[in-house]
Amino acid sequence: MGSKTPLYQTHVDAGARMVDFGGWDMPVHYGSQLEEHHAVRRESGVFDVSHMGVVDVRGPAATAALQRLMCNDVARLGGPGDALYTCMLNERGGVVDDLIVYATEDGYRVVVNAATRRQDLDWMRQQGAVGEVEFIERDDLAMLAVQGPRAPAQVQALLDEGLAGRAEALRAFQALEAPQLFVSRTGYTGEDGYELIMPAAKAGDWWQRLVSAGVRPCGLGARDTLRLEAGLNLYGTDMTAETTPLESALGWTVAWEPETRDFIGRQALATQREQGVTHKLTGVVLAGRGVLRNHLRVKTPAGEGEITSGSWSPTLERAIGLARVPVGAADACEIEMRGKWMPGRLVRPPFVRHGRVRIGNAD
Amino acid sequence: MSEIPAELRYTRDHEWVREEDDGTLTVGITAHAQESLGDLVFVELPAQGQTSEAGEACAVVESVKAASDVYAPVAGTVVATNEALEERPELVNESPYGEGWLFRLEPEDPRNLEGLLDADAYTALLEEEG
Repeated sequence: MGSKTPLYQTHVDAGARMVDFGGWDMPVHYGSQLEEHHAVRRESGVFDVSHMGVVDVRGPAATAALQRLMCNDVARLGGPGDALYTCMLNERGGVVDDLIVYATEDGYRVVVNAATRRQDLDWMRQQGAVGEVEFIERDDLAMLAVQGPRAPAQVQALLDEGLAGRAEALRAFQALEAPQLFVSRTGYTGEDGYELIMPAAKAGDWWQRLVSAGVRPCGLGARDTLRLEAGLNLYGTDMTAETTPLESALGWTVAWEPETRDFIGRQALATQREQGVTHKLTGVVLAGRGVLRNHLRVKTPAGEGEITSGSWSPTLERAIGLARVPVGAADACEIEMRGKWMPGRLVRPPFVRHGRVRIGNAD
Repeated sequence: MSEIPAELRYTRDHEWVREEDDGTLTVGITAHAQESLGDLVFVELPAQGQTSEAGEACAVVESVKAASDVYAPVAGTVVATNEALEERPELVNESPYGEGWLFRLEPEDPRNLEGLLDADAYTALLEEEG
């Protein structure tokens, strides 16, 4: 048996199909992954993401610790309520995890992936011990992602008036702290919406209120096809401890300035940048029938590569994926499926954002 | 537990088989199989007239999550396929024992049916697989 979120029984009672996800028993869907996907693109859906790890970083050396640990620079945060996306690297420049850092009233809040939360915490405590700093695991909290074009108004309607106004005013990657509630305008679907963090005991109540307001319960299956359409990387498949941000379409998260900031992995990344990267991460669309799967081989005139995340796009109604290919690769490619080379096309993600298709037809 | 109609026969690969009045066999995947696969997005059907050995792959059902071969439950010739699935693969999810049937076989030897599981044995298999 895996770990359970405070909403485990709620999911089971709702008829969810439960699967193991990084050691957690999580809902993959509540009947139809495709319908849940469309609900988020067209209206709204709520995901239980309480398996993700929330870590509060406190103490006089909190900023220095995060500046050492993260390839993006928390000095870029304007103040409490600002957030940034970053990777945490090893000395070789490989990605230990990707995460969001929020500046809060009394330090920082970091939200990490479920499968890596234990090792992240060990790594942060070990490598971030640059002074007086504490990494506090908040397993007393639950987290819900409410996503879709209708989600902001639906969440605001459940907040008291003052808070609703503040939530409405949040821009992307901004957050607010209220008593027993943390609201951020972030997500993993390519749609507008919020992520809500609350005490575990309040999660059931929040879930019921959202569902009663018309927000559809969505499982991690739809979460995966939504993030893939949005061109968002998944840790463990699209980037790992063996690949750098520069090879993972995440070069934009690396804060090279100031040059004096010695973050873990900097030297390795600088060397790689100087010598030039050999591979890049990009999007693939399959021309014909079938569904792309992880690890399929990709052939391009510039050399061979591999699908890192392959699936089906419910919005495009064709197979899409992310692939790591030689840097010179572009346009036409072939993907090996069941022993045959099938035609496809390399495209720049995202495939879909805010309900709209962002790439040309692959034919 | 998923629906397991008592009048059908089953294979260990989660296919169901119905013996029609004319002696042909209608084949589909069980409610349990479609639940495990999730939403289907493609169904690849065999060609009419194709002959298959028992246990030979002759169709593919592909969901968002995985592709799965469908095997001939007994040796025979394909005499019909459910062409509606080309456009509407979701019929397999919505009605696995009805509109979501896959293909119909003319069995080489009707006695081969005796090797298939009945509903009780299939129920036991699902319990075993947990």
